[in-house]
Amino acid sequence: MKLQKNTHLALCSVLEFAARPGAQLSAAEIAQKYRMSPHHLAKVLRSLGRAGLVRAARGAGGGYRFAGNTRRVTLMDVIGLFEDISAPKGGGRRAGRRAKAESGAAAFEVEDALGIVLAEIDEIAKATFRSITLETMLKLVARRRS
Amino acid sequence: MISLKNPAAARTATATVRVRGAQAADLEQIIEIDADITGLRKASYWGEILRRYGGARQQRFFLVADHGGRIEGYVVGDVRDWEFGSPACGWVFGVGVRPDARLAGIATQLLDAICDGFRRLGVGTVRTLLARDNHLVLSFFRSQGMMAAPFIALEKDLD
Repeated sequence: MKLQKNTHLALCSVLEFAARPGAQLSAAEIAQKYRMSPHHLAKVLRSLGRAGLVRAARGAGGGYRFAGNTRRVTLMDVIGLFEDISAPKGGGRRAGRRAKAESGAAAFEVEDALGIVLAEIDEIAKATFRSITLETMLKLVARRRS
Repeated sequence: MISLKNPAAARTATATVRVRGAQAADLEQIIEIDADITGLRKASYWGEILRRYGGARQQRFFLVADHGGRIEGYVVGDVRDWEFGSPACGWVFGVGVRPDARLAGIATQLLDAICDGFRRLGVGTVRTLLARDNHLVLSFFRSQGMMAAPFIALEKDLD
């Protein structure tokens, strides 16, 4: 499972907010820390807001606060907002390649078998993301720091 | 029962939970906890586990969380030597907590206790094996700092 840039930005941002649950952080602050485009990040934060993971703070400076539950929200919950996790990647017969594969049944079978292996890898990745909560990630970050 | 509605009360209640070795008198409650979680009542399996892992055995552990006579959870594991070349390590192959006693740190107490047992035997690593879709228990082990092991579980259908 290859994560898109937006997903990566979302994961970094959510962890940044979750590490300081009461604090109000601006998009500019996070963008600067992770060397991201503030414009790009603003779009990501709006998606996180719609999902109820962050809440826009009113008043001077604006910004966002964490609004989720660190013990319940998993990495997959965040990833699922930005990636199509329902569609199987590889595995089974891919329609787009069917015509080409018709010229050789052997090629088709090889592609099909490769698809099964790639789907297996994908399933392991998804299970890993589903098993890690934000709280667990914050502990991991703290361990790496110490 | 430990109430989950008040986390502070739950934490206090956890202090009164005692982790000890499983006994024959605990068996019915253990079977009930497992059946609640899995939907399967496995009386003979648990009887066999108690026979093989109960009591004070050198490399085997079958522990329960006792809260004033009510069994809130259990953990089972052992020390395995040189499986596919791996030096001795602790294996946890069963853990369960009553649904109404969760989020009170009971599984953490059970895991800590079995890990203490492994350490006393000179073991420095603990492992487990779980179904990929067992999100609840996977998340628990992850929260305890467990990471992917350098092994891959494989299987095939035997026709």
